[in-house]
Amino acid sequence: MSKPKSREEYEKTFAFRFFRWLSGSKDPYVGEVEMKVQEETVLPHETIIDRMREAEMRRDKVYDEEQNKFARIFHIIYVAMAIIFCIALVAVLLVTVSCLPPDGNASNPVNNVVSKRYIEQGLQETGALNIVSGMILTYRAFDTFGETNVLFIATCCVMIMLMVDDAILKKQAAMNDRRFEPKNDTILQGVAFVLCPIIFIFGIYIILNGHLSPGGGFSGGSIMGAGLILYVAAFGFKRTQRFFDEHVYKIAKITALCMYGLIGTYFYMTGANGIENHIPLGIPGHILSSGIILPINICVGLEVACTMYAFYALFRRGGL
Amino acid sequence: MDFVRNFPCISIMLCLFAGIISSGLRDKAAMWVNAALLTINTVLSAYTLIYTLALGDSFVYVMGTFPAPWGNEIRAGVLEALMALFFCIIMLLSLFGGRHKLMEVVEEDKLHLYYVLTDLLLSSLLALVYTNDMFTAYVFVEINTISACGLIMIRQNGRTIEAAVRYMIMSLLGSGMLLLGLCMLYDLTGHLLMNNIKESVALIVADGDYVIPLIVSIVLMSVGLCIKSALFPFHAWLPDAYGYSTISSAAMLSSLVSKGYIFLLIKIIYRVIGLDVYDDTRIIDILFLFGLMGMIFGSTSAIKENDIRRMIAFSSVAQIGYIYMGFGMGTQAGMTASIFHILSHAATKSLLFIAAIGLTDVSGGSRAFIELTGSGYRNKWAGVTFTVGSLAMVGVPLFSGFISKLLFSQAAVQNHAKMLPALIVLGISTILNAIYFMKTVIRIYTPIDNSVYSVITFKDMPVYAIVLLAFIILNVILGISSQPVVDMIQQGLATFA
Repeated sequence: MSKPKSREEYEKTFAFRFFRWLSGSKDPYVGEVEMKVQEETVLPHETIIDRMREAEMRRDKVYDEEQNKFARIFHIIYVAMAIIFCIALVAVLLVTVSCLPPDGNASNPVNNVVSKRYIEQGLQETGALNIVSGMILTYRAFDTFGETNVLFIATCCVMIMLMVDDAILKKQAAMNDRRFEPKNDTILQGVAFVLCPIIFIFGIYIILNGHLSPGGGFSGGSIMGAGLILYVAAFGFKRTQRFFDEHVYKIAKITALCMYGLIGTYFYMTGANGIENHIPLGIPGHILSSGIILPINICVGLEVACTMYAFYALFRRGGL
Repeated sequence: MDFVRNFPCISIMLCLFAGIISSGLRDKAAMWVNAALLTINTVLSAYTLIYTLALGDSFVYVMGTFPAPWGNEIRAGVLEALMALFFCIIMLLSLFGGRHKLMEVVEEDKLHLYYVLTDLLLSSLLALVYTNDMFTAYVFVEINTISACGLIMIRQNGRTIEAAVRYMIMSLLGSGMLLLGLCMLYDLTGHLLMNNIKESVALIVADGDYVIPLIVSIVLMSVGLCIKSALFPFHAWLPDAYGYSTISSAAMLSSLVSKGYIFLLIKIIYRVIGLDVYDDTRIIDILFLFGLMGMIFGSTSAIKENDIRRMIAFSSVAQIGYIYMGFGMGTQAGMTASIFHILSHAATKSLLFIAAIGLTDVSGGSRAFIELTGSGYRNKWAGVTFTVGSLAMVGVPLFSGFISKLLFSQAAVQNHAKMLPALIVLGISTILNAIYFMKTVIRIYTPIDNSVYSVITFKDMPVYAIVLLAFIILNVILGISSQPVVDMIQQGLATFA
């Protein structure tokens, strides 16, 4: 049993320091080790640029086929595999085609009750002389509504991608509108002056006669859209916006699609519930005939014309 | 006819109308239209589900006056109604959970277009679920593809645009293959409605005349849908698309879009080709193999990832591998497990994405793991939810993932030829899942001096917290009371054939 140490003596022992460190009341290094805040290393601007360039060069070296043997081998294997895969795919598809039913044979599985009814009873049931219109707009009306919505959503996506703010658009308007084309080209304007009305009338004719002759909403609408594009190309956006700006575009598009949707819903629900629908079929061959086909053709035509024009305008300058 | 039978048609048309009208509205109005639409559709789908459960059978709804082989048809059964209900609920939760981020990353005058895209996406999902006609399916696959592209690229920076282009190329390749297969099938059978095609296919197989084109068309359709739903070798588009798009888009893409295609493939297998014919073509073995490879390679890629959202995205590859492994069993039990996993993965993956955004937000917006240290304390709601999602993914009892793994194992035991590889890979994949999810959970609950970052409590984001709570409840319900859901799936599959 040793004699108790005085306080001062005790503070010098290892045990005191250890327990003090354990209880966390004192940092063991304070007063013993010189502490200094580490200086932040600031690289001069030139060195950073050099380093970035070096890293880039190193990366280029890795992906450069001249330098890297593995990249070269990989590229060769990749090309070879791609060629082999394509040839194999072509071979498989050719074999498949040779096994398909011969074209135009009367006993083909395609010539069954389905097409028979479309051809033989299509006229009485839909009232349309154009069997294709009758098929896509009454027998398979739901598919066609979906197809029209594909156009609609495609325009929405292009708008997300290319639509520019109004302010920027106004600032660039003067420069942008005529940047790539000659301003007020007389020949173009003269031709457009003659052609545009004819194109519009032709488009309207095709839409309105969709149930009587080849054509319909999709083809007529694209003709009208082409007419609008020609007008814009000749006379510029300012003159087009007097009758067709974003507001008109929105109203036309929404009304057309909603009308189509309403007619479609009425047709599906009455048909499915066994309720008589009150849309008269009319006399086949007359312009006002064939039930829902004519109004739907008009709606589809409007939507397609709007879509065509919107694509052109968005790609051209990022706004309608 | 009961009025309930109109509900599938009404819900699809409502989505289309809402999308069309939203394109002319301001952002706030479009948002409320979208929320109302989702609520109404949830109610309608729930009614349909109750009705079909009471009916005990499916019903066919003729779209128009012309019956089966001539006009369009949609069909609703227990399984379809269950899927539709689930899709509506998850879309509602994903949109509300990611709304605050949406305001940040999307330009204000384009915000209403986001809701147009989601409305049309929902319409296409419902149509894919309810359709009884192959060409309608193709048309709505197109709408689905384009709207998914829009959802990715609406956050405009270089990465997302690159991801969207990549997604578009791969996805259009898939659509093209689907269309090619569909054309061949039409050439062989002369029908587009599923029931009629199935009858003709049975005749072709009995005759033996056109078996080669039939197999090629089945292969084309299957591979097309596999590309679109990111099965393992075709998953190159997935990590960027899920990792960099805005959070609601990521949640919807991972939990809904790919599931819609998978459900279409189930419909093709059961209602167009027939399970027996499909089983005989041996395509099913290739799906099985790719599924197993996806389970392993998806998980190893996720382990290597240093970015939490890309890690979750890679985990999707593994989970889709599980679903295709269930297909590959070629039995009713395997298919039941797959469909349950579709539900459980949809519920869990959207939860993980929504929770991950809460964690990255309190870490200075960085997604690297080192920055996430201790974020579970800074945003307690997101931390707890992420933990629940991780446990569900790993397959801990009480949560939905456990039930799907149990069902997969049961299905594997019933199939003698594929039992061993399925069980071994299931075990390995579970361990790999545990490695990367538990690593993340430990990371977010490692204590750190929290004074640097802001702390988020319930009062800051009440909607977000409630959405997270709803997600947890959904997961736990699927995990605890799974038997009714499994019964519904089995009943639905029985009426499918």
